[in-house]
Amino acid sequence: MALEKITAVTGRAVCVPGNDIDTDRIIPARFMKCVTFDGLGEFLFYDARKKADGTDQVHPLNDPRLRGATILLSGANFGCGSSREHAPQAIQKHGFRAVVAESFAEIFFGNCTTLGIPCAAAARADIARLAAAVDADPALPVTLDVATGEIRFGGQSIRAEVRPAARDALVHGRWDAIGELLDGLPAAQVLAARTPYLAA
Amino acid sequence: MAKSLFEKVWAAHAVGTLANGQTQLLIGTHLIHEVTSPQAFGMLRDLGLKVAMPHRTFATVDHIVPTDQLVEPYRDPLAQAMMEELRRNCAESGITFFDRATGKQGIVHIVGPEQGITQPGTTIACGDSHTSTHGAFGAVAFGIGTTQIRDVLATQTMALGKLKVRRINVRGSLRPGVYAKDVILHIIRVLGVNGGTGYAYEYGGEVFDRFSMEERMTVCNMSIEGGARAGYVNPDQITFDYLRGRPYAPQGAAWDAAVERWRGFASDPGCPYDDVINIDAADIAPTVTWGINPGQGIAITDSIPDPARATAADERASIEEALAYMKLRPGAAIKGTRIDVAFIGSCTNGRLSDFREVARYVRGRRVAPGVKAIAVPGSQIVALQCEREGIDHVLRHAGFEWRAAGCSMCLAMNPDKLVGDQLCASSSNRNFKGRQGSPTGRTLLMSPLMVAAAAVTGSVADAREVFAVHS
Repeated sequence: MALEKITAVTGRAVCVPGNDIDTDRIIPARFMKCVTFDGLGEFLFYDARKKADGTDQVHPLNDPRLRGATILLSGANFGCGSSREHAPQAIQKHGFRAVVAESFAEIFFGNCTTLGIPCAAAARADIARLAAAVDADPALPVTLDVATGEIRFGGQSIRAEVRPAARDALVHGRWDAIGELLDGLPAAQVLAARTPYLAA
Repeated sequence: MAKSLFEKVWAAHAVGTLANGQTQLLIGTHLIHEVTSPQAFGMLRDLGLKVAMPHRTFATVDHIVPTDQLVEPYRDPLAQAMMEELRRNCAESGITFFDRATGKQGIVHIVGPEQGITQPGTTIACGDSHTSTHGAFGAVAFGIGTTQIRDVLATQTMALGKLKVRRINVRGSLRPGVYAKDVILHIIRVLGVNGGTGYAYEYGGEVFDRFSMEERMTVCNMSIEGGARAGYVNPDQITFDYLRGRPYAPQGAAWDAAVERWRGFASDPGCPYDDVINIDAADIAPTVTWGINPGQGIAITDSIPDPARATAADERASIEEALAYMKLRPGAAIKGTRIDVAFIGSCTNGRLSDFREVARYVRGRRVAPGVKAIAVPGSQIVALQCEREGIDHVLRHAGFEWRAAGCSMCLAMNPDKLVGDQLCASSSNRNFKGRQGSPTGRTLLMSPLMVAAAAVTGSVADAREVFAVHS
């Protein structure tokens, strides 16, 4: 199973500011009443984007100038809370290919990596600089270089690093572990057979 | 060399090292439910794969089940479809399903322990972040995403980087009216909602040595709210006494051998930790959240934070955002805040001891006019135990609705939801914006007895005063 080698993501960026943005906010639980992930993109940040009557309220993702962005910027502890893969699925199906934030919650980070979405951590001041540049020119091309751990935009460059294990998995096209895990299945069965509570 | 439980369990389950340096970890027990597993079975079908060890996979239904409707089809066709999908997937793969007709259905983190499936020295994964609950037994238990559920179904293993271990000692004795829920809310408040990123939390100290299994589960349950993907307590006689005689616990001679093995998994005295935190139990008060994450909590006797007094810009912004959403007044006492709904239940506080404690004090009291109070047992077995003891009767008589088992209003994927900006005193685990089903609904997290105090007075109250709790 050949996977894409995700060495860089280039596109436009949009900033959804704030710290501790949880997965309930990324995709409210009521949209998880489904047996597939299809169509989740339209519910991304739904309660922040929509008023009670379903019409749009002011939100970066509703800004027509920022439509089509593929790099999502945010604050610290992004993706905290529930383990729901519906969150990164909604982000991906909305069209995002990478997330840049000050820090990430553990389970969310792993879920993103497994879907081939690089989660790069950058300093707050650097994210603010990038967000300001995007605000000034929403069409500004932005490149997250996963391999070198930097973001380039309008002649500037900031550090934005994906943690080593995830980075290596992305750039070498091993971000979906199923192939490797299946290779290890016979060894897992041997270990299970000599593990008392599994052998019984 | 002395080793922690985490190190020992990890070593006992490591299959090998993957190319990116992560470990292929054998997952001894896989728990699944209706919300995060259907897509994983779909992925399995797309890849032409089968469930590798169906006898080590256990299913139940919890998130979407109505608690006021037992007869199918459910009024919500989407809930019915999810129910049927799980039934079909389990039947096709030969997975044990604790369906409602078995009398053993309930919240997955309550069912595993009460069946004796959750055991010391094991690895457990489930597509739910509160899987950390099972760590109470000295298991290493992780919440995982759906693609990882696929991995575990197909290989009974998953790719994972090793965590660091932080030992958290809670020393001394808890004061009367202070519960396990207050302990974990206090820990999260002290260490922060992301303080545990990259760590497993090992809880210990006199408070944990004395805690019952249900109390240990309440604390381990909310490890993830502090950013720690796993949390555990070393197994001891209290653990073994809880497990003895349960359906999936070893029997006869196998029991003695298992206990011997389980003891060996406990952290060795003097083993190294990556970090150690000490907390004095006497510093922990009945705790209530006022904000939009579980770290935003205060003692019941404290005032709601004032952003003007915040020392850092970040802190000021987060207080302002939280108070704007919560519609609470900075500097005001949290005590006396009017509530609309009282919810007792969830994988955090939906066990027998939780309902026993509430019933002990609400006997003869009445839920305040205008407050909707619901009590939702965490499993059918918890419900039956409560009904045998007459707890349901006490609660009903006080004005609580006594419901059927499920996750209910913790995340409101079923019909139990807040309406508009209702304020809910809740024994659940998350106070995120919109968490309880209304995009503007508001949640205050607290212990079950504090919820009961709020229910009978109609506003946030100190349970120690309301119920004269002295011991």
